[in-house]
Order: sequence, then structure tokens, then C-alpha cells
Amino acid sequence: MKQASLFAVLVIVLLIVAALGGAFYKVEEWQQVIITQFGRPVGDPVTSPGLKIKTPFVQTANCFEKRFLEWDGDPNQVTTKDKRFIWVDTYARWRISDPLLFFQRLTNELGAQSRLDDILNGETRTTIAKHDLIELVRSSNREFISSTDATDLEDQEEIVYGRAVLQAEVLETAKKRIAEADLGIELLDFQIKRINYVEQVRTDVYARMISERQRIAEKYRSEGAGEAARILGSKDRDLKEITSEAYRQAQEVRGTADAASTAIYAEAYNRDPSFYAFLKSMETYELTADANSILILTTDSDLLRFMKSKQ
Amino acid sequence: MDNQGPRTIDIGDFRPGKPPTKVILTGALLLIGALVLFSAVFTIQPEEVGIVLRFGKYTRTAEPGLNFKLPAPMEKVLKVPVQRQLKQEFGFQTMEAGVKTRYSARDFVDESLMLTGDLNVVVVEWIAQYRVADPYKYLFRVRNVTKTFRDMNEAVMRAVVGDRSVDEVITIGRLEIENQAKFMLQELCNQYETGIQVEQIVLRSVDPPDPVKPSFNEVNQAEQERERAINEARGEYNRVIPKARGEADQAIEQAEGYAIDRVNRAKGDAALFDEVYAAYRRAPEVTRRRIFLETMETIYPAMQRKILLDSGLQGVLPLLQLDGAEVKK
Repeated sequence: MKQASLFAVLVIVLLIVAALGGAFYKVEEWQQVIITQFGRPVGDPVTSPGLKIKTPFVQTANCFEKRFLEWDGDPNQVTTKDKRFIWVDTYARWRISDPLLFFQRLTNELGAQSRLDDILNGETRTTIAKHDLIELVRSSNREFISSTDATDLEDQEEIVYGRAVLQAEVLETAKKRIAEADLGIELLDFQIKRINYVEQVRTDVYARMISERQRIAEKYRSEGAGEAARILGSKDRDLKEITSEAYRQAQEVRGTADAASTAIYAEAYNRDPSFYAFLKSMETYELTADANSILILTTDSDLLRFMKSKQ
Repeated sequence: MDNQGPRTIDIGDFRPGKPPTKVILTGALLLIGALVLFSAVFTIQPEEVGIVLRFGKYTRTAEPGLNFKLPAPMEKVLKVPVQRQLKQEFGFQTMEAGVKTRYSARDFVDESLMLTGDLNVVVVEWIAQYRVADPYKYLFRVRNVTKTFRDMNEAVMRAVVGDRSVDEVITIGRLEIENQAKFMLQELCNQYETGIQVEQIVLRSVDPPDPVKPSFNEVNQAEQERERAINEARGEYNRVIPKARGEADQAIEQAEGYAIDRVNRAKGDAALFDEVYAAYRRAPEVTRRRIFLETMETIYPAMQRKILLDSGLQGVLPLLQLDGAEVKK
């Protein structure tokens, strides 16, 4: 009984001593650990999470990230092949693929960041200097869709590689350099985050944009004036056409009617032209004679001939 | 526990009955017990899940409600809001959401300024809405997920805008940009194993940079002017042409009226002539004379002055005093 309790106490004391001396260590889900003994790595890296045991006092657990880590490039002023001055801001994702190598070569993340700075900034610069700006901006030769007929599609520049290819180029060369240096790290991805003109160039670009817009505005205005003139012209034309067409039709109708009436008259009167002449004369007399007319008759006249002779 | 207590107790007064030690021990044990219990119970909100780690190792996912775990040093819980829609803003920042949302006055121009495919510059502000679809990946695959997600957003948006003209970006391309950016962003999220599900990309505003804005407005204005000029001309056309058409119809109708009139009159006259002629034919000589005399009968009385001359008389006309009538040579 006494022995048992003594044993229990001993175990507890041992456990406490072990804990204090660092016999236990915790590996988080996102960590991997290298055990070092007086600064020298021992054993394989511990990559599975959980509670682990090591030799107390003499061994140290060095924790490293297992997750993908960020690398954020400094905004860099770069010159493209077509001599454009731009700011380029990049980022990359990487991870510690071999903690032992990583520990030996780079010690910690800070070391890794500065190596990545050297490699990626350099590669970015080299790649950009080899290409025109448009290759960096565009990803494909996709044709622009225009909302207006005013934008000239002919200033669409063709690209050979495009952004994705350039990014891949930087990534591949950087990967190769990292592999050659045996740094124990692995690049997952490299992306161009921002590209912008440097301040002085920006002003020029704005000026160009303004003049381009003004050109489009002028085109609209002149289109408006042109279209208005066209409509007014067709108004005049239509007006003339309508009135003259109406005149023609009216005259035709009148002519036909005149012809018809003439024919009717001719047909009727032709049966006895002299009688017609006689009748028409009579009508005319009736129409012409009024109070102001003076009638001068000689006895030769038909009416008065009986005045001189009963024959 | 009274922390004044131990100080006031004099060493000399210390009695070996040890009741205070017992009290202290029981108290401490109770306190530790409470703490242990307290750290063994946790609540998960309805929109969250809890990732439980035992000595750093993932063991289980706790669902919303009251949950238990081993006390503090052994198990740890990380809460991830999987149901909540999260969002990141680019180019602006909401300071205070509400009916009248306030935005930060800070200039986010570096974030929102980008180049278009025709090497122009636009300012794009957008919002990325996303959810944590896989809390395990979200926590354990990428460090600093939010920063990563923001970086990816900027890269993707610039890639999409870089493949379009400034005109397209500002006007008709918006929906397509949103869709393509969402698609590309999701691909990157999957590649990086972020555990993020991109719900939506919303373009808040796409504008030309401030110095260029007036000239863009000028284009709009010119477009309006064009429409106005055309409309005015159409108005003028519409004012004149339909009226002219009516007038033309009027003229034709009038001509037709004239035609009907002419023909009818001719027919009437012809009919009259026919009738008279038919009667005349029966006794031509008498009828002729009768018509003549009848006519004379009507016209002679109408004239006030009558001069009768013998047919043998010569040169009388020049001597006539034609009163009231002017004689002109």
C-alpha cells in the first residue's frame, strides 16, 4: 500500500520533471517539426500533428509552417521592351516542402522571404524587359466588343504570349532556380497583382485618352448633323415628289375628263353640225344681250326682212 | 480568497490545526474544477462550425449548439463561420453600413486603378462575396487566407479587365467581367486549396480616372446631341410630309370632281341636244325658225336701245350717236 502510493508519487514527479524539461511537444495541424539536438537535426521531420515526445533537456523542437505561405513582391519600377515605364506588383505562394533542407539552408521564413525576393523580383524584371507592355496586360487575342461604332477596332494590338504565359515563364524559371539551390521550398504560383504606369507616363496616357474621347465625341456630333441633313434633304425630295405626283395625277384626271367630254360633245353634235352651230349661236345671243347692249338691225336681217316684204 | 489574509497572519500565531490549508486546498481544487469544466463546454452559433483539435491534431467538427471537449490544454476549438456570407471590398471600404452607408474617404486608387486591353486606364471598384465551404482547408492549407484571397482578386480582376477595351469595361462588359472574374477566382481558390467558395463578384463602379471623366461625359453628351439633331430633323420631316400628302390627295380629289363635273355636263348637254335634235328632225325648217324667233323674243326686250336701219342705207354708222357707249378708234 505504502509502496504503491510511493510509486504513484514517483510517476507524478517524473512526469512533472519531464514536462518541465520539454519531453512533450505539440504539433499543430498546420505545422511540421524538426528535432534538433544541441542545434544538430536528428531524425526525420515530424509532419503529423498531435502530442509528441522527445528527449527532454537535450532536444529542441523547431516548428515550421506546413501551409502555403505568402510572398508579396515590392512594387517595382520596370521598363518593358517597348520602353514603357511601369510599376509592377507581384505576389507568389510557396510552402516549405522539405523542412530539414529549409532549416539547414534558410533557417527561418525571413531567410526564405529574402531569397524569394532575390529570385522572383529578378525574374520578373528579366521577363518583363523581354516583352512589350501589351503582352503583360492582355491574356488573349480576344476581340473587343464595342458598344459604339465610334471605337476603332483597328488599334487593337495583337499579342504573342500574353499575361498567363509570362507569369508561367517567371514561375518556371524561379522554380528551376529554387530547385537548383536546394532550398527545401516549393513555389505554387506566381501572379502579377498590379500593373500601373509611373506618374509621368500616366499624365500622357490621360491626355491620350482625352483626345481619343474627343475624337469620338466629334464623330457623334458630325454624325448627328449629317443624319439631320440627310433627313431634311429627303424631306425636300419627298415633298417635291408628293406635290408633283399629285399635280400629274390631277392633270391626267382632268385631261381624261376633258377628252371624254369632248368626245361626248363631238358625238352628239356631229349628227348635225349646222343645227348645233345654230343652237349654240342662239344660246350665245341670249347670254350676251343685256340692257346695255345696243341692237342695230338692218332690214336685211332675218327678223326684219318682213318689214320690207311679206315674202 | 482574501488576499489580505496571509499578510495579517503572524508567524507566531500559526497553529498546527491546519484548517486554513485545507480550506485553501479545497478552494483551489474547486476553482480548477470550475475552470476545467468551463473550458470543456462551448457553444457553436448556428452559422458556424467548430474545428476541434486535440494536441493540435484535428479530431472532429462540432455542429451548432452546446458542445463538449476535453479541458483546455488538451483540446482546442476553432470556430469558422461557414454559413455566413463574407465579403471583401476593393477600391473602397464601407465604414458604416446602413440606410445611408458611409464609405471611407481614404483613397484606394492603387487597388482600383488598372490597365485595359487598349492600354487605357480605368478605376474599378468591386466586391467579392464568398463563403467558407471547407473549414479544414480554410484553416490548415493556406496561411493568412484573407490576404491571399485579396491578392487573387486583384490579379484576376486585372487579368479580366486587361483583355477588354476601356469602352467595353465601362459600358457593356460589366456582367461578363463579373462572371469571368468569378470563374477564374474560383479556379485559383481551388488551386490554392483555400476552401473558399466564391459566391459572387459585384462591380460596384467602373469609371474612367478623374482627369479623364469630363471627356467621357462629353462623349455621352455628343451622343445625346446626335440623337437630338436626328430627332429634330425627323420632327421637321413629320411636320411637313403628312400635310403635303393630304394636300396632294386633296388636289387629286378636286381634279376628279372636275372630271366628273365635265363628263356629266357633257352628257347632259349631249342628252339635251339629242332631245332637241330629235324634235327638230321632225320639222326642221319650222323648228329652226321657231327657235330663232323665240330667242330673239327673249333678247330683244332685254336691250334698251334699238336702231333699225334700212338695208339700202349706206354710211350711216359713223353718224350714229351711240350714247353711253364709248367709241374707240
